Amino acid sequence: MKLECKNVWEHISGYLDKQLDAELLEAVEKHLESCEVCSAILDSTRNILVLTADDRVYELPVGYSVRLHERIAAVIESRQG
Amino acid sequence: MKAAATTDEKALIARVVAGESEVFHELIRPYERLVYVTIFAILKNETEAEDGAQEAMISAFRNLKSFRGEAKFSTWLVTIAMNEARKRLRKAKTAAEDSLDEPRDDGEGDFTPEVLTDWREIPLAALERKELREKLQEAVATLPQKYQEVFVLRDIEELNQEETAAALGINVTLVKVRLHRARMMLQQVLAPYLRSEVPFRGQGKPLVDQGKPFNAQGKSVRGGFFRRWFQ
Repeated sequence: MKLECKNVWEHISGYLDKQLDAELLEAVEKHLESCEVCSAILDSTRNILVLTADDRVYELPVGYSVRLHERIAAVIESRQG
Repeated sequence: MKAAATTDEKALIARVVAGESEVFHELIRPYERLVYVTIFAILKNETEAEDGAQEAMISAFRNLKSFRGEAKFSTWLVTIAMNEARKRLRKAKTAAEDSLDEPRDDGEGDFTPEVLTDWREIPLAALERKELREKLQEAVATLPQKYQEVFVLRDIEELNQEETAAALGINVTLVKVRLHRARMMLQQVLAPYLRSEVPFRGQGKPLVDQGKPFNAQGKSVRGGFFRRWFQ
């Protein structure tokens, strides 16, 4: 199976999640070996996903947990009261 | 993502349902971040997200009896959080209806990734820069909603495909399709920005060094992406 760049792009996500079947995986890897463009797209996508998955991107507001539990406590109290 | 529906957790749920309401505090502690981040990633507004997270947790408390234990507790909670985010997003859209805001692009059609052959990895240390964090948040928050929801659950909250499908009420095939589309949209928006705006000092090893899940300091990378990829 020989893939064009455009076909490879369709499988980047599946490739990153290791969900391609053996034949397709082999074809994608073969293409990547010789295609600088697709390799760069793959690397940039992977890098972006690593960055967005980092806990530092989404930080909790200071005092969030305390306020959350206070609010819940108030709800519990009003129920019981 | 904590493994949910453990025996301990089931016991806590049973106690809350039986009337020991105080136990709810303990039950939700592992999921405070999950609920907040799910809502924030979509709304990109701290006040709204915090208020939404509180509402979601209170809703979970009030409806805990209806949790059947077939799904993971975390998946059930994230479904409530997602509904809260959707509700607030709708409200914000209605408020903006008369403004000049363009509707969110549906994103259908062909895409062409950004081709940057001199691409280099952005080190995780760059995340210390607030500007970069905000750019990432903004890129996620402006994805079309159907792609955004899948991306948030799969790639930020690290739910698996089945959990994501269950939480959103769609099938696994659609999860895959939408996730791919979301990732490619982010690549298009972020790759040129990262390439041109984030200073790269050329020190240390690149972030992805021969596929090993370690950053330049040899420390295990936070977040679950590498865990999924390289296990």
